[in-house]
Amino acid sequence: MEKRELTCIGCPLGCSLSVTIENGSVTEVTGNTCPRGDAYARKEVTNPTRIVTSTVSVSGGKSPTVSCKTEHDIPKNKIFDVIDALKTICVPAPVSIGDVLLADAAGTGVAIVATKDIAASED
Amino acid sequence: MLTYDLVIIGGGPAGLAAAVSAHDNGISDILIIERDKELGGILNQCIHNGFGLHTFKEELTGPEYAARFSRQVYDRKINYKLNTMVMDISHEKIVTAMNHEDGMFQIQAKAIVLAMGCRERSRGALNLPGYRPAGIYSAGTAQRLVNMEGFMPGKRVVILGSGDIGLIMARRMTLEGAKVEVVAELMPYSGGLKRNIVQCLNDFDIPLMLSHTVVNIEGKERVEAVTIAEVGPDRKPIPGTEIRYECDTLLLSCGLLPENELSRSAGIALSPVTSGPVVSDNLETNIDGIFACGNVLHVHDLVDYVSQEAAAAGKHAAHYILHGKNTEAAVAEIVPEGGIRYTVPKYIRPTEMEDTLTVRFRVGSVYKNCSIVTYCDDVQISRRKRPVMAPGEMEQVILNKEVLAKYPGLSKIRICIEES
Repeated sequence: MEKRELTCIGCPLGCSLSVTIENGSVTEVTGNTCPRGDAYARKEVTNPTRIVTSTVSVSGGKSPTVSCKTEHDIPKNKIFDVIDALKTICVPAPVSIGDVLLADAAGTGVAIVATKDIAASED
Repeated sequence: MLTYDLVIIGGGPAGLAAAVSAHDNGISDILIIERDKELGGILNQCIHNGFGLHTFKEELTGPEYAARFSRQVYDRKINYKLNTMVMDISHEKIVTAMNHEDGMFQIQAKAIVLAMGCRERSRGALNLPGYRPAGIYSAGTAQRLVNMEGFMPGKRVVILGSGDIGLIMARRMTLEGAKVEVVAELMPYSGGLKRNIVQCLNDFDIPLMLSHTVVNIEGKERVEAVTIAEVGPDRKPIPGTEIRYECDTLLLSCGLLPENELSRSAGIALSPVTSGPVVSDNLETNIDGIFACGNVLHVHDLVDYVSQEAAAAGKHAAHYILHGKNTEAAVAEIVPEGGIRYTVPKYIRPTEMEDTLTVRFRVGSVYKNCSIVTYCDDVQISRRKRPVMAPGEMEQVILNKEVLAKYPGLSKIRICIEES
């Protein structure tokens, strides 16, 4: 039996949650004041995911970088792998919001998409 | 002199939403003046997600949210000037501005919307002791350097202040390879959202030290170390609690201040609590035809609320230009009491107001199991339970024109916190 302590992010109340895990599955969540806390704790303990946002280098653009995000959430333990993958690429301008900058970020199967329009440099 | 029906000072989220709304309410002769090289304001450097849940029912990043509004401005062919700094606004609504192409120029406006936003509290305003080396940045400056200019401000970082920008930058600097040693917060609670504490600090094992502040900065050329210490209930450092962190960078995320130099010189009355203009239910300042919205009015925590407020300001400015003003209307004052620090708006005209009016405010400390209670003079008109309220989260009360009409001669609307 394992116990994990979490802070719920569902609302400003920020309940302190205590999660009991047995054989890899959640058996009990306590400390929550609403069902959202229970759902958050179960997801966070078994399969925590995050949207990752960062920047990618741009060549020939009006800005040296373009902001980007993972199109969907990715496993939390892959955050640094995704960031490392972004450091290896440089995309040519122009870039438009929604353009795929990297089809599969670090083997997650999730694409990296641009979140800003970057026009080509005039000179 | 140039003339425009409506001049909007600032092309960030507030200015853009005000322009779109004024246009949709019958005014097309609009000029937006923006000092940066593009529209969108501070959203352009806020590359994290979480914007627009209320407005668009999806989670957007800052640049995406800005683009949704700037595209509406382009679609309506609303005029704007970039790289242009407003130097002065006069009581007669003459705007003096300058840029590299036009030099200095003046514009006579029929109405003005102030949408200049806010800026960060600086080291000077915080009175931090120690040397004055390079390597001390506001969190927002570091955010612009990392996210827009492509520079890293440092490698080992201490952050003072747990406002959302500080938390976001703790994660951002970590992702880009820096080591964030600690986030210190003067208050016994964080000024940031729970979600940011979990996803920006806990995810990366960055410690948050509540009731701590910076007591020394070392380094003559570049920051070499920062010492923090615990503070007592009087917020004074407790001797013997000092911890020294070797680092090369100190980021400051200690609150935002509405940017009202222009308002002040125009003679606009400012609130000592919000540092923003005092406005009526139509978001008009004490000068006829000058309106205010967004973070220049009071600091918001969600851009969605800025967009809503700015759309109202744009609509009211359009109404003023097309129909003028009823200067005879009775005015009631909204009085914050019992833990409520201020309200926006401060004045309300019960006969002129829209059918419903959202009054926004902040509380002075953390309240649990309390109610927000509204009185018309001495009669209670609403009571709403709130399990928890904190200074970092904006609260609201919605006033109804029909309800207020039952109280002729109304002089005061009191909003207060009472135990449930």
